[in-house]
Amino acid sequence: MTRVFLPLTVIVAAMFAVAPVLIVGAPYESSMGLVQKIFYFHFPAWMGMFAATAVCGVASARVLFMGRKDADLTAVAAAELVVVFGLIGLLTGPLWGRKAWGVWWSWDARGTSALVLWLIFVSYLLLRRFGGPGSERLSAAVGLFGMFNAPFVYWSVNLWRTLHPKTSVVPSLPPAMGVPLWFSTAAFLGLFALLLAMRTRLERRRAELDSLHLALEDSI
Amino acid sequence: MNSVSRRRHLLAVVVLLVMCWAVVPGAALQSQPPTSPAQEGFVPIDQLQPKEQLPAAPLVMAAYAVAWLVIFGYVWSLWRRLSQVEQEIASVSQRVAGGGRQ
Repeated sequence: MTRVFLPLTVIVAAMFAVAPVLIVGAPYESSMGLVQKIFYFHFPAWMGMFAATAVCGVASARVLFMGRKDADLTAVAAAELVVVFGLIGLLTGPLWGRKAWGVWWSWDARGTSALVLWLIFVSYLLLRRFGGPGSERLSAAVGLFGMFNAPFVYWSVNLWRTLHPKTSVVPSLPPAMGVPLWFSTAAFLGLFALLLAMRTRLERRRAELDSLHLALEDSI
Repeated sequence: MNSVSRRRHLLAVVVLLVMCWAVVPGAALQSQPPTSPAQEGFVPIDQLQPKEQLPAAPLVMAAYAVAWLVIFGYVWSLWRRLSQVEQEIASVSQRVAGGGRQ
């Protein structure tokens, strides 16, 4: 990952530098106008969160069913990124909704289920922070549960009546709007990969520090 | 009252009623203040009074600012935590190498 990290950082930085140019050049949506431009960061942030949810869920499954300790480091890192990307989505959504719907928050199916998913991963982190010994397996179960909850968030707009548009809207966007959207999404997914690598490294170094502390106790 | 005068009275009442139907609603409508577009149901957002429109630009700028604040805040937090751990590793490694002496 170290060899890939620097080139990926340069690519992601370049993409985030180009993204505003594409977003400004995208046409205004006919009914919402300028405020719809929030979409170009709002949607990619949720995609970053879904990617983090999938990584955390798969890593948690490896911890639970295969007893892989190294997967636990990835699961913790991904769970934290679910909270970070979800926070961006949860903060940008109301700013868009205030103008488009006239309210900051509506308890519709998509918003509420996304908030519940975010809270599941907040509870994962709280469990890791305050759960004490053995919290790894319990939090892995929470991570797996969170991953299975994610498809409901995505499909909620098709299953229930909601203010959010259906999932068919994004694939049917004209190229002038679709290109900036998918470009921003790729940039966010690249950022997710970078942050995951950094956060996993932090967990690995913490594990090494714990081993050193044990070695120090043995040597005294 | 004979039948002719009764017929004239009836005719007068009918004429009066017809005049009321024809004139009064029109007069009532004329006396109403003109309704604004907002009272008539759906109004396209670009036809609202300027004071009723919420400006979009501050919301868009706030959304992008919030996104960047969260990202930079998280990167800074990661960098700080990594630096602390690296410092601790260096310190504990020295102590391990020195046989546990402070």
